Amino acid sequence: MSHFSLAERPIDVAGLARELASGAAGASVSFEGWVRDHNDGRAVSRLDYQAYAPLAQAEGERILAEVRARFAIVDARCAHRVGALAIGDLAVWVGVSAAHRGAAFDACRFIIDEVKRRVPIWKNEHYAEGESGWLHPDNTPVE
Amino acid sequence: MNFRVLYFASLRDQAGCDAERVDSAAAEASVLYAELRARHGFSLAQDRLRVAINGDFALWDHPLSDGDEIVFLPPVSGG
Repeated sequence: MSHFSLAERPIDVAGLARELASGAAGASVSFEGWVRDHNDGRAVSRLDYQAYAPLAQAEGERILAEVRARFAIVDARCAHRVGALAIGDLAVWVGVSAAHRGAAFDACRFIIDEVKRRVPIWKNEHYAEGESGWLHPDNTPVE
Repeated sequence: MNFRVLYFASLRDQAGCDAERVDSAAAEASVLYAELRARHGFSLAQDRLRVAINGDFALWDHPLSDGDEIVFLPPVSGG
């Protein structure tokens, strides 16, 4: 069973949520990351995400294994889009089921924070005035 | 030795390709990056990158072998 996925097409949120369902779960928490129309004071018109797919998949699975070991949860899933996205599109989805809400909230936060920090995926912002730039945090774009 | 090098994000733009075959005597990834940075004019210094060898994260002084697939990973920005 794959817990982390890279998606070239819109993320099947309902399908992922169904995989979390369990009679042992009393709580479900999900996080949605959306494409925002501005960053760092600049108007953003669209995004491209690029991934080093084999390592992104492996590192995503490692994060999902870590979260199941560290938190009292039933199950978790994460999906991240790659390719061209428009403003308002769903870029990343995280879902966690757990017996109780505390662990579900904490695990959901852990997953999105670790994915942003560790998984080899890069965001190219296209700005309204026509330029674009890859974000390489400390978050300064590289022209 | 002959290596396959993959590029992503700003490194891909600056190299002008997503992958290339590289002949080099570099014994470790840090030396190979210095050679390729000089060739392509990469703006990112090595201390801002991670390196992956044959599909997994590696140390910069990991010994390279003929045929290795090497990826220099700029700071990530997913999510």
